[in-house]
Amino acid sequence: MTNSGAGTSPRRVLALGATSAIAEATLRLLAEQGANFVLVARSEPKLAAVRDDLLTRGATAAIGYVSDLNETESHAAMLAEATAALGGLDLALVAHGIQGDQAEAEREYAVAEAILRTNFLSAVSLIGWLANYFEAQRRGTIAVISSVAGDRGRKSNYVYGASKGGLNVFLDGVRNRVDRAGVNVLTIKPGFVATPMTAHLSRNALFAAPGQVARGIARAIEKRKDVVYVPGFWRWIMLIVRMIPEPVFKKMNL
Amino acid sequence: MGKAKPRPGFESWGRYPKLQADVVPLHWTTDFPLAKAPAARQLPVGLGRSYGDVCLLENGTLLATPEMDRLLHFNEATGVLRCEAGASLKEILDFAMPRGFFLPVTPGTKYVTVGGAIANDIHGKNHHVAGTFGRHVLRFELARSDGSRVVCSPVENPEWFAATIGGMGLTGLMTWAEIRLRPIVSRLIDYRGVKFHGLAEFLDLSRTAASEYTVSWIDCLSTGKNFARGIFMQGDHAEIPGPLRRSREPKLTFPFDLPQLALNRYSVATFNAFYYHRQRGNEKTGPVDYEPFFYPLDAVLKWNRMYGKAGLLQFQCVLPREQDEHGVVEVLKAITASGLASFLAVIKVFGDVPSPGMMSFPAPGITLALDFPIRREASFDLLERLARITLEHGGRMYPAKDARMTPEQFQAFYPQWQEFARYVDPGFDSAFWQRVTGRRPLDD
Repeated sequence: MTNSGAGTSPRRVLALGATSAIAEATLRLLAEQGANFVLVARSEPKLAAVRDDLLTRGATAAIGYVSDLNETESHAAMLAEATAALGGLDLALVAHGIQGDQAEAEREYAVAEAILRTNFLSAVSLIGWLANYFEAQRRGTIAVISSVAGDRGRKSNYVYGASKGGLNVFLDGVRNRVDRAGVNVLTIKPGFVATPMTAHLSRNALFAAPGQVARGIARAIEKRKDVVYVPGFWRWIMLIVRMIPEPVFKKMNL
Repeated sequence: MGKAKPRPGFESWGRYPKLQADVVPLHWTTDFPLAKAPAARQLPVGLGRSYGDVCLLENGTLLATPEMDRLLHFNEATGVLRCEAGASLKEILDFAMPRGFFLPVTPGTKYVTVGGAIANDIHGKNHHVAGTFGRHVLRFELARSDGSRVVCSPVENPEWFAATIGGMGLTGLMTWAEIRLRPIVSRLIDYRGVKFHGLAEFLDLSRTAASEYTVSWIDCLSTGKNFARGIFMQGDHAEIPGPLRRSREPKLTFPFDLPQLALNRYSVATFNAFYYHRQRGNEKTGPVDYEPFFYPLDAVLKWNRMYGKAGLLQFQCVLPREQDEHGVVEVLKAITASGLASFLAVIKVFGDVPSPGMMSFPAPGITLALDFPIRREASFDLLERLARITLEHGGRMYPAKDARMTPEQFQAFYPQWQEFARYVDPGFDSAFWQRVTGRRPLDD
């Protein structure tokens, strides 16, 4: 088994939330390079479809692992098993998440808590384990799908935004810690992507296809970037969004 | 940000008629039947490259399949590919070309889904030797609105296999299909283009050409000594091993809707003269890439905008061989007389390889396909005249390219339609099916 360093594509890949549309599109690109996968998701039939597709497209091997990532107590065993199956790990792609219903989350704390648990707490548990693993091995990449929504709270989806904002800060810290061990932590901030998660929104010109977003992610992984907006123009949109003074921002409908 | 509803509309390639519908993307084969059963009828749709209304359903629920695009299995020894029904021919080519395989049959665009290719039992430039796309389908799964699923092949549920190939998406939702790809050793096509003057020369060339692929562009505006002039184009996959790389993504998108009058008899006559004389000399041979050979129009995305917002009408018929040129001459004369512009006019001799679908369009004979800008009465009158000529000469028209045929015409072209109707999913319908069964009037 070859080790991966900067400039080569990762060979041993663990995908958490492998059936998310953005993850799947990214994994297809890695499959074409002959990667070896452990795929973790909740739904067996969906996992099987993704696994078959990756194998057909050129994956060396792909194992499906059915697991609900909200169950943090099972993380350590699952991650140990996955890395053992792969004989090591070059890349972990953390891609699970839910949009949640903002209006319901405003009415009911349990709904808000579920969003935070899936998008933030379970990620803290998984990334915590992975950071220790990669730090000890002194190489590897943790790529995490966050969101532009984490850059600033907006009334239309601030619970989701807070879960991703918390995640971004957590990742900044992990990066600051493991960089000196040669480990790359990539925060991925997609804008609107045409996926089942956004099926409730009307698709305007800002929407990108998962394949387009995936190419940006694969490039960022290869170049060992820290933070990447995909597609790239969101960097400028969010720069402006962040610069609006709060007294103005709070009056806006966003 | 995050404004909910209304869902985007869905247009066919001809952008006529314009009918509102709810579009629900299916991402997984298990997404159907929908968790929340729709009150309205449903219809699976792919990339919307059929021209008329076979992919439309007013106030219905369109099940958009292009996100169901997984490649589930490929056998390099046999060339058999199993994929989800929303996978496009473009995606299959991107996958197959570097592995030395090509589509068994391809239409003039690669932006169609496998499900759409089967549902319309499409044909290509190799019809005379390979038959329709359906001939190369081994099996597929059909999901019905009652939640049942059946695997169909020539030996498993053969009646459902026959009804679904060319069944216009009405028999249920196809979830996956197995097709057999053909091996190749190069992207390149050995090409030969020969000018012809009149139908007799075209038919001579068609009879004697031994190529796997043949098609002709025909000038539908010129009269007199230039009547029915054209270029006979033939090609074969190169036999000398050559490049097998994946195609580059197209960079051009037609940026806006042209004003409706941009395409008129003068601009089209100019185009036709240019196109005819671009090939200097009577004959041109040499290797060409498969992309411009099969998909010249795919280089510019959304080229239908050239016809303006009103859209375009297509006409494609096949006229049986026995009566040969007479019907074709009548069709061509009706078109030249109307002066309605059509520069994408194609003529080809179909072979006698039988189509596997109950409702498949191709049949032995001469097929002619052209498009017109929509000029209300004039275009509708012309199409009505062409349908009558087709009927008189024992031919038939292609549902995937039609927006205007009457129930009487359809039922004469496809007398087996009542037999087919027994296989239509009770939860499914289409604007086309409503029209040709007399449940939706033509708007005039």
